[in-house]
Amino acid sequence: MIIKINTPIAQHIINDLNSGDYVELTGTIYTARDQAHKKLTDAILANKSLPVPVNSVLYYAGPSPARPGEVIGSCGPTTSARMDQFTPLLVENGFKVCIGKGLRNKNVLKAIKKNKGLYLSAFGGCGALYHNKILKAECIAYKDLLSEAIFKLYVENFPAVVAIDSKGNDIFTKEPL
Amino acid sequence: MRNISTTVITEKVSDLVKVTALYLRPDIMDFFKNAIIKEKDENAKKNLLKLIENAVTAQDKKVPYCQDTGFEIIFCEIGQEVHITDGSLDAAIQEGIKKGSKDGFLRQSIVEDPIIRKNTATNTPGIINYSIVEGDKIKFSCIAKGFGCENKGQVSMLNPTASINDIKDFVLKVIKEAGPNACPPFFIGIGLGGTMDKACELAKKALLEPVGKHNKKKHLATLEKEILTEANNLNTGPLGLGGNLSCIDIKIKEYACHIAGLPVAVNIGCHAVRTKTIVI
Repeated sequence: MIIKINTPIAQHIINDLNSGDYVELTGTIYTARDQAHKKLTDAILANKSLPVPVNSVLYYAGPSPARPGEVIGSCGPTTSARMDQFTPLLVENGFKVCIGKGLRNKNVLKAIKKNKGLYLSAFGGCGALYHNKILKAECIAYKDLLSEAIFKLYVENFPAVVAIDSKGNDIFTKEPL
Repeated sequence: MRNISTTVITEKVSDLVKVTALYLRPDIMDFFKNAIIKEKDENAKKNLLKLIENAVTAQDKKVPYCQDTGFEIIFCEIGQEVHITDGSLDAAIQEGIKKGSKDGFLRQSIVEDPIIRKNTATNTPGIINYSIVEGDKIKFSCIAKGFGCENKGQVSMLNPTASINDIKDFVLKVIKEAGPNACPPFFIGIGLGGTMDKACELAKKALLEPVGKHNKKKHLATLEKEILTEANNLNTGPLGLGGNLSCIDIKIKEYACHIAGLPVAVNIGCHAVRTKTIVI
């Protein structure tokens, strides 16, 4: 069964989702990968304003360029583990739903459980498939980073699997916290 | 001697780079279609179907199979009877990578310095490996190597007295650690012997081999098959979500070895391993 959800995701819906659920997202999400995470972290630590609204869903992705007439190029998830060092602070500061691929460390798991957040694993290596799910794309910050900039995306029926749920269950490790 | 102009080389490399990064290899597509029939786990079946849907979309819409269109690795085998005209061979290949990346709308994934990290905005330089062979042709093999899987490769300098099981244990440890992060099912290249760098080169080059073709040496073909069986028992499954398909294939390339060592390099290729070879 596929659970359809809209972003931003209401807290009661987050609470009801379980590790292993297949979901499809519709709504606005924001791309942010390595360098954007570093910049967002620096901005939080320096008490500066952020280019992304708090409570937004962050998607670890760096798209390939759009062909003329297209919204975006290929846009699948990148490896989440590289974001682990930044994620707990972002979760604490309102970015408690994130999408990437693969394993997270214990600190991320703890932060998500404590803040009742969510980590979704998208289908790694399936950039063409996600191209079809993105209806709007706009670069809103850090343009000089090219594909690593922050893009505001409007997605429809964007497929992913709940990897870490708000109770702290992890589909990959299956180890209790 | 046969003259080959750098202008021709740039054009051919440009086409090669463009096509390689966009599509799934036909042998891997066939493998997925067969695997989905054999797969018993419902979730693994569903996840495999996503990979096929992705490959079909890439073809239909000419959009890269994976957004990480990779570091461009070119293996260039030059026949000793070839004479390159009209300038630098190296510059011509780099220009081909630049042009192919632009024309194919590939991602600009290369930064010019590992510390300063400013994007070159051209997807160059690529990494070019040259070798001189007999004949009057040039063979270009391209690997568009994404870094989700490249990051998970490892090398171990084993003792010369290491057993087959020691080799297996190391390779399986690397495959297990690559886990869900490196986009399984994997296509694994293993380099055995030589020096540390030679083993790594062999492991990378092994990714060019087609699915189902085994090492000519019987004991190495056996080792490939045994590692494949054990890797598929790790329950990594497509996309790391479980199932008995963790690896598409295992390829070993070997070289002579020093009496004091046994280098083993493992290069992880993701399900989007993209390679192509042309001869001019």
